[in-house]
Amino acid sequence: MNAIIRSTARCLRAGAAAVYLPVRAGARVWSASPPRRLLCAAADLQKDLGAMVKKDKVVVFMKGTPAQPMCGFSNAVVQILRMHGVDQYAAYNVLDDGELREGVKVFSNWPTIPQVYFSGEFVGGCDILLQMHQNGDLVEELKKLGIHSALLNAEKESK
Amino acid sequence: MLPGVLRCARPAFTSLALNRPLAHFRPHMDPDSSRPVERAITTKLTAALKPDHLEVHNESHMHAVPPGSESHFRVLVVSSQFDGLPLIKRHRLVNEALKEELSGCVHALSIQAKTPEQWGSNPTLAKSPPCMGGSRGDHTVQEKLKAGRE
Repeated sequence: MNAIIRSTARCLRAGAAAVYLPVRAGARVWSASPPRRLLCAAADLQKDLGAMVKKDKVVVFMKGTPAQPMCGFSNAVVQILRMHGVDQYAAYNVLDDGELREGVKVFSNWPTIPQVYFSGEFVGGCDILLQMHQNGDLVEELKKLGIHSALLNAEKESK
Repeated sequence: MLPGVLRCARPAFTSLALNRPLAHFRPHMDPDSSRPVERAITTKLTAALKPDHLEVHNESHMHAVPPGSESHFRVLVVSSQFDGLPLIKRHRLVNEALKEELSGCVHALSIQAKTPEQWGSNPTLAKSPPCMGGSRGDHTVQEKLKAGRE
């Protein structure tokens, strides 16, 4: 709901550029059709991306959606987040929009998808998230975001 | 039933296999001259990071791209230049070294960047997750493959 209100407000702003509706992982998917771009200069997109990555604690740019990833690496990110019980995050499907796909690579200065952001800060891609998961860093980083990893509960129960 | 049929047909199969020169064709076993991207990646990473250990694996055959493609790679770089650097900085160094390839025909790059100490205590190559066919029908990938062939 918030996403619809935010994107509607953005539309009404003068010179509004793209309308990006992220898919809320774990929630109902209401953005069935790809977002329509109004007048979009590359600079506007970079500005939009700056706002997009800060809007939610966990933001993922991926191929496909959390419900239906279209790439093994994107799927790995979704699975890792799921293992930690992180199911409320914003996921942007770059396959829906070629300019978003290229724009996020410029914005992050990172050549590949998926891309993960925590609190507006670029974390890395699938490899980094996987290593963070394996060495325990991911639990710590999620704690800093105020997210209690589900794996901590699993650990407690096993003791 | 089927295995029985195959067993009966085996002698014919065997002779067919011997007569078909492409039966044992493995794209990643081609001589170096047909793997320019792999060579470029190896050369550039060696020059930029002076690694103690370097592995460059063409994983394109694990993805929805034509045989012989050089679009998906996994690299393992062990270098003391990574000492004291967080993962993201290490990966950025690798990305920087391979900027040209990544803006050309390399569509996916998996990176393991370890210090010599880390490699010593855990000398294993990570495995890539199974492909979900995303490259199929992806026009960006098709363009990259075309760029690689030209």
